[in-house]
Amino acid sequence: MNYDEKFENVTVLGAAGKMGSGILLLTSMEMFDISVKPENKDKQFTLYALDISQKALSGLVKYVRGQLVKAAEKKLNVLRGVYAHRADLIDNADIINEYVFDVMSLIRPVTTLESAYESHIVFEAASENPDLKVKMFSQINQNSKVEPWFFTNTSSIPIGYLNKEANLGGRVLGVHFYNPPVVQKLVEVIKSDETKPELGELATQFIKNLRKIEVPSYDFAGFIGNGHFMRDALYGMSKLEQLKSEMSFAEAVYCVNKVSQDFMIRPMGIFQLIDYVGIDVCQFIMKVMDGYVNDETIHSPLLDTMMEINVKGGQNFDGSQKDGFIKYEKGRIAAYWDLDKKAYVPADEIAAKCDAYLGELPAGHTPWKAIVRNKAKNEVLSAYFNAMKETDNNGSKLALAYLKKSKDIGLKLVSDKVAYTPEDVNTVLLTGFFHAFGPINDFIN
Amino acid sequence: MKLRRKVYMVAGYNTISMGSGRKEFHPKKPRPGLEEYMKEAGQGVLKQIGGAQNVDECVVGNFIAARYNKQGNMAGFFPFIDEGLKYKPAIRVEGACGSGALALAAGIRSVLAETAEVTLVIGVEVQNSVKAVYGADILAAAGWAKERKEGHVHFFPGKFSDRAGAYYEKFGYDKTRHGMATWFKNAVENARLCPTAQEYHNTTEDLMAVGMTKPNGRSFVDNLNVFDCSKVSDGASGIAIMSEEGLKRCGIDLKDAVEVVGMGQAENDLTAAPADLTKLDTTAVAVKKAFESAGVTKDDIATVECHDCFSIAGIMAIEAIGYAEHGKGAEFVSEGHSSRQGKVPFNTTGGLCGWGHPTGATGVHQAVTIWEQLTGKAGDAQINIPADKPYGLTINMGGDDKTLVSIVYKKN
Repeated sequence: MNYDEKFENVTVLGAAGKMGSGILLLTSMEMFDISVKPENKDKQFTLYALDISQKALSGLVKYVRGQLVKAAEKKLNVLRGVYAHRADLIDNADIINEYVFDVMSLIRPVTTLESAYESHIVFEAASENPDLKVKMFSQINQNSKVEPWFFTNTSSIPIGYLNKEANLGGRVLGVHFYNPPVVQKLVEVIKSDETKPELGELATQFIKNLRKIEVPSYDFAGFIGNGHFMRDALYGMSKLEQLKSEMSFAEAVYCVNKVSQDFMIRPMGIFQLIDYVGIDVCQFIMKVMDGYVNDETIHSPLLDTMMEINVKGGQNFDGSQKDGFIKYEKGRIAAYWDLDKKAYVPADEIAAKCDAYLGELPAGHTPWKAIVRNKAKNEVLSAYFNAMKETDNNGSKLALAYLKKSKDIGLKLVSDKVAYTPEDVNTVLLTGFFHAFGPINDFIN
Repeated sequence: MKLRRKVYMVAGYNTISMGSGRKEFHPKKPRPGLEEYMKEAGQGVLKQIGGAQNVDECVVGNFIAARYNKQGNMAGFFPFIDEGLKYKPAIRVEGACGSGALALAAGIRSVLAETAEVTLVIGVEVQNSVKAVYGADILAAAGWAKERKEGHVHFFPGKFSDRAGAYYEKFGYDKTRHGMATWFKNAVENARLCPTAQEYHNTTEDLMAVGMTKPNGRSFVDNLNVFDCSKVSDGASGIAIMSEEGLKRCGIDLKDAVEVVGMGQAENDLTAAPADLTKLDTTAVAVKKAFESAGVTKDDIATVECHDCFSIAGIMAIEAIGYAEHGKGAEFVSEGHSSRQGKVPFNTTGGLCGWGHPTGATGVHQAVTIWEQLTGKAGDAQINIPADKPYGLTINMGGDDKTLVSIVYKKN
């Protein structure tokens, strides 16, 4: 069975979720491209969008439609060629509408696992729960006659564990997209010792066709992305605990978030990133990782507390941010959580005091947005971090220590055989987290 | 065409050319509609000519509000501009991007026909109502509908990309690209002198560098970069066309008016491909007719407003007028002859590439710019008008060199 044939029948598990919806969208577009090849014109292509909630599936259909319109608007050059034979499709608008209709015609929103029994490919993007994943994989594998290939979007569970527990005979590969999959270029690919090489070959082709960047990772819980992020987050939370002796909880959230964003020139601060991913998701990933890591503790009592009081972060279906460590209004930071007061404290009440505590940004500071587009960014960053070393204020000191920690985490991922190379670590942070520079660098020594 | 009566233009007014590039433009925020633009331009003219009671007839030039704004029957907006226009004769004319000058031609004819002593002419287009990929469908109506299917996503950039490609092949890429980049640079530098221009806020330091960007057919069209193209614009321009009697009625001093001394109109077959992609034949015919009508030559012209919907069209217009031989237009531009300090300053407020191109308004905007220059009202954009060259020229084009109006104006 070749690549095209494998894609004749596909299921996405957890299709209405944050990651699943993106993977479904990308898969539907790839399946359309395959289906319009002349040699495939008489074949049937089916994509099951499987999720447990009808309501979420309705939302998914709307999301996919909106995204397909945007995608079509961007690739009209190609689509006018695809539909050249259709004399009735003349305007760009005609072609966009037809494309959206044709891609959506491939998708079958369903709620029963039986639909997956005929699929050759199963993409899994359900919640990060090892038992649930094992249960679904086992059931599909036992009932299917086509020996399906499983591609899991797990960001933390070892692939070898899933293979063994679900008895998949090497037919499972980690294909970890980043959020949101439509935008993020990075895909971490994780083979277990048993994974059949054919799965890797198909994934490589798929990722290439999606014009994304493949980075291999060893099969170790958390892989590269979360391997860095979770430890980075734990460090941020430890700094929060430390600063709390000098200031209020909300002020400490403000300070650590500002240091990890502005001083460190990252796209968002560490607490905003935790909220973006979801406090619940972070807690779950740490739990999984902690079971496999022996020389350190990957666990945050603070996240447990936040979950207990139901402050969870994460995103709404429309992509808007839910409140977590930070409260957001129209996507912008409005207030900071204070655990002691159990309330949000408006940003403008604490900003001046915190900014005075942190001090000025070092000379030569360039905002993240400007630096990522700057072709000479290494020179600019080098000068900036050198200036930081000369700057005697709390913000710079915290940032330098944080950057050093980030580098140590990266180096440890290589020495622990999670990442194959330092370059892979940097690529993951650059492309999956949109950092302007990799954690393993010469700016900080 | 001999003008059997003296015809003047006075009291020009331009709204801002709104769209990307303007600081106040935000695609998702509500903006004025067609009627508001017409009202601003119309009232801008009426204030200068003593009010609506002095107007005999009205003409509006608009390309395709029916699709951009789901609006027809545009003449009905004149009484909305001013109650005093209620029950006065009004018409709407259409000739794609040449609609504005067709409106001028209609106004001139009214004065020549003595059915009007004062005609209020407005050109208007509001294009930011749809995204550019859908706007491309709408603008494609300026070509032959039966060619749309085979055409490019961006239909008109595709047409002029083909022209640029043929020009590169015949005369060389490097010097042509340099000429096109220089055209863009001049356009933006001129626009920076005109507060209503879409590129007025442009702060790009090295304009030549961006103008030199190599075209990329995968992201746009094969032979043009986006800087070669006029922008998507909302805007309106208005002007009054009068007889001598009209000037007296409105109390206008001759020095504040320009005389229309010649006009050339030419139409070409919408279904026919250009005979030579590297030439604007119809433009050449219209300009020749305009010069003959006025009894002047290109050497009498102090400044030109030409239809640079694309930089390559500006270069080809230079050749169509005769300022440069066929194939030498790009060098003419590169050598600075069309810049505001050059032999013949072109498009002194930015033209379509720099000021903006609200399609149906463009022809009227060109007339307003010439009127401003010849009456000394061009503000920071003012150029010197030599005493021995008291003339200005406009060329407004609809479609791919199909619907042409060229007008010669004289300083009083």
